[in-house]
Amino acid sequence: MATIKLKVADEKPPSLPKAPTGIVGLDEITAGGLPAGRPTLIAGSAGCGKTMLAMEFLVRGATEFSEPGVFMMFEENADELIANVRSLGFDLDDLVTRKMIALDHVHIERSDIEETGAYDLEGLFIRLGHAIDSIGAKRLVLDTVEALFAGLPNEAILRSELRRLFRWLKDRGITAIITGEKGDGTAITRHGLEEYVADCVIVLDQRVRDQISTRRLRVLKYRGTAHGTNEYPFMIGTSGFSVLPVTSLQLDHRVSQQRVSTGVQRLDEMLGGQGVFRGSSVLISGSPGTGKSSIAAKFLETACQRGDRAAYFAYEESKAQIVRNMRSIGIDLEPWIDKGLLEIHASRPTHLGHEQHLVVMHDLVRVFKPAVVAVDPISNLFMAHDDAEVKPTLMRLIDWLKTEQITAVLTSLTSGGASPSELDDPLVGVSSLMDTWLLLRNSEIAGERNRTIFVRKSRGMAHSNQVREFVLSDKGIDLVDVYVGRDRVLTGSARMAQEAQERAAATLHAQDHERKLRLLASKRKAIEAQIAVLRAEAEADEAELDFIVAEQTLQNTIENRDNADIIRRRVGIARMNAIATGNP
Amino acid sequence: MKNLATILAEGDAMRASAHYVLHLYIAGSTPNSVRALANVRQICEEWLDGRYDLEVLDIAQNPALAAPARILAAPTLIRLAPLPIRCFIGDMSRRDSMLVSLGLRPLVAWSA
Repeated sequence: MATIKLKVADEKPPSLPKAPTGIVGLDEITAGGLPAGRPTLIAGSAGCGKTMLAMEFLVRGATEFSEPGVFMMFEENADELIANVRSLGFDLDDLVTRKMIALDHVHIERSDIEETGAYDLEGLFIRLGHAIDSIGAKRLVLDTVEALFAGLPNEAILRSELRRLFRWLKDRGITAIITGEKGDGTAITRHGLEEYVADCVIVLDQRVRDQISTRRLRVLKYRGTAHGTNEYPFMIGTSGFSVLPVTSLQLDHRVSQQRVSTGVQRLDEMLGGQGVFRGSSVLISGSPGTGKSSIAAKFLETACQRGDRAAYFAYEESKAQIVRNMRSIGIDLEPWIDKGLLEIHASRPTHLGHEQHLVVMHDLVRVFKPAVVAVDPISNLFMAHDDAEVKPTLMRLIDWLKTEQITAVLTSLTSGGASPSELDDPLVGVSSLMDTWLLLRNSEIAGERNRTIFVRKSRGMAHSNQVREFVLSDKGIDLVDVYVGRDRVLTGSARMAQEAQERAAATLHAQDHERKLRLLASKRKAIEAQIAVLRAEAEADEAELDFIVAEQTLQNTIENRDNADIIRRRVGIARMNAIATGNP
Repeated sequence: MKNLATILAEGDAMRASAHYVLHLYIAGSTPNSVRALANVRQICEEWLDGRYDLEVLDIAQNPALAAPARILAAPTLIRLAPLPIRCFIGDMSRRDSMLVSLGLRPLVAWSA
């Protein structure tokens, strides 16, 4: 749907020329501006900004598009109007002197007027014509022509004259804005002005919800042009009217390959070693006191150190408080504020409707042009609002920041608990919009609370799956490895205790080992000694054996010799010889 | 103590002798303008013999006159004197009510 809209906008059919309003966002919604040479009706209840919108249309037309304009007012007088728009920074006096704007106050007092027969509003036509001709006006505002209904007695004449008026304006090719008071019920205007202005109808609305008012704008009708049909929040700020178009309609923002550091080295390491992509959005969520703001502040400080501009939108603490508190963890923001690189905008979340906060951000970012924006915490901003309302608003913010190539750090406060699940996060619905999601947790073990951090997701980069302990000290932010082992994750002093215990155990173990080795060695020595003794015994036995053998041999020899002697003696020599020859 | 009737009657008597300053704004020679001019002239001649100044201003010819005089409808007749200023729009054909409003004829005939 979005693409179709945009294509139509890009083509800009030549058949329908547009008169750009120069109002931020409105030209985007109407794909170029109001229908040129035709009247546009702006309807809305009292105080919703019809006059301001119309006035800005004229002033910007005169100053930016060299189209002088006539402002014909029926309610306020010129002095009041000049004073009112001065608050938007428009110097009407000057523009009037330079003949870029003509003001005409149509004063009607019904009690002064007596009807005495047939008449027409030629007087009005002549005044208009005169005002237009006197400055060569291309634009006109009638604010609000409905006052005529109260001022003139004959409604039939008035209606036919209004019809004539709008035809006359079209014939003269005047781009006109006609304002009208909102009617009761479904009526767009109280006196049915929409029946005369058929080309373009814009409805302004001011709604109060939870004691917070939000102004919204909607293009009800725009003949011959595709236009955004949604309600768009708008705000009347110090620089005029701002309309915030919902989601920039397209999803084709440039992407950067450049990486920016988060300022915490080990966190960068967890994010593929280089930090996050420029222009990406980072969500830091966690329960109270997990250090979300600290990471955000560090991120901004690092941006400033790089020479980038950074904007900090704080919705919890005042500017001075942030500076003081961040200093306690070694982040000094003050020099960057002084140098004009850092802008801290602190306000109450309830000060404005969330959409208007967005408009404020929009305005500030447009003027200040930061490279990094932190919103702390974004969840407060959307506190007590329906999810259905929050998501589009947040989408607008993120889309827009991406389009502008601004790196966004958004913190989100999750409900308490020692280890809240991701589903507790009020922003879980919009996490799909985030490129990087860092989750901070409190872990409470053995009577102390420690912070852990992990990367829930980080698009487009290899990122660590490890849980790290997150340590805040006066030296800054650091991440340390947590103790992982024996089915447990330990942090803080439990981790240290465990580590010490393990070190002690290891030493003990080593000593034990040595002892065992020594024991074995001495045992071996003992055995060796025994072996030596046995060997000596064996040697002694052997010697004995030899001796016995030798003795026996000797004895045998002696016996043999003795025997021979005996035989010789008994058998004699002959016999002996026979024996000797083997023939006895 | 004067009663209301007396006050009103004195007012009528005063206006009956007052000098009238009338400005008639017309827009060119439209039928309404032509009729208005004729009607006003007739009233002046019949009721304000010699004690009036009637100025006819054509805003079609002189558009710059319209805004300062707060002219919206045409024709418009403005009674600048006697005070208070009164304003009439239309072709001035409702003669009777005009005479009353201009202060030339009493609304009711008061019996003193």
